[in-house]
Amino acid sequence: MEIERYQISVPSDVDIAEGLKINSLIEASQQPIADPDKWLDEELKRNVLVTTVDYVLDWARSRSIFPLMFGLACCAFEMIGSATSRFDIARFGMDIFRWSPRQADLMIVAGTLTWKMAPAVKMVYEQMAEPKWVIAMGACAISGGTFRESYSVVPGINRIIPVDVYVPGCPPRPEGLIHGIRKIHEKIMRESIKRT
Amino acid sequence: MTAALSGEEIAHRIADKFPDSVIIADEMSVVIHSRSLYQVAEFLKNTPGLDFDYLTNLAAVDYLDYFEVVYHLVSLKHNHSLVLKTRCYDRDKPVVPSVVSLWRAADFQEREAYDLMGIVFQGHPNLKRLLLWEGFVGHPLRRDYL
Repeated sequence: MEIERYQISVPSDVDIAEGLKINSLIEASQQPIADPDKWLDEELKRNVLVTTVDYVLDWARSRSIFPLMFGLACCAFEMIGSATSRFDIARFGMDIFRWSPRQADLMIVAGTLTWKMAPAVKMVYEQMAEPKWVIAMGACAISGGTFRESYSVVPGINRIIPVDVYVPGCPPRPEGLIHGIRKIHEKIMRESIKRT
Repeated sequence: MTAALSGEEIAHRIADKFPDSVIIADEMSVVIHSRSLYQVAEFLKNTPGLDFDYLTNLAAVDYLDYFEVVYHLVSLKHNHSLVLKTRCYDRDKPVVPSVVSLWRAADFQEREAYDLMGIVFQGHPNLKRLLLWEGFVGHPLRRDYL
């Protein structure tokens, strides 16, 4: 029930623009995002020469991933923990968490995403340079988790941006995140520069 | 330790100054009519001996029959505290006078109460949604929401 808006100050242009953007995101989220992996089935179209170049390029790419810090909730601490010496994701060539999306190629969305935060996530994703990958870490990022029915929580970040790997858990252990990163490596090894 | 003042004693002092303003009072709190809230708050803030110069918390409660707005007041000078409450019975137009001009801490708290509970604070300088976005329909912490 919306109460009558007498005596309430007029919302500024910034507020109205934000409201329109969030409402348009909610509308757009009703349609599933097209599967970005459709091209993977066309492996037979590769020729031998390009496959060899692909292998070298993918090997180099998968061993030098720069992850983007995107901690939204408690999952962020497991992500931070996996970067410390005990679990040490530097073993996989991920030495530094970048704070700028323009220097990163893997976004680890760790935690609950609210509709109020959704425009920021979409903007940061769009700012990342190609090629880019996304890990949805934890139950909230995958499906909304316990807050799925809430009025303020996005029911899964795949309603906003395409996701490559889902890491379940509440929160997942660093071993789980590292397993997800290994899956990203496997996925990168199947990429082709012939990508259309 | 901050001493909690008796609501009954304060209610007597309020009733002497503003007749018909107190609804009910007990050891814990004072409940007053919303029409005289601003005068009572001003009295509590500016009277020597009371000097409630600090608003620690402002909350809104939905009791289905009425809304209750709760003010937790503290005096840093005398180190004592008081719980002040007010009620509004109209679910469609719950109106409570704003106390931002007395305590600046009420600014965001009243905006939050408007955002999530739909209580209009009359006289607030910038009453718009705080946590939710412009264009959101409804007030989600109301008990009849959805």
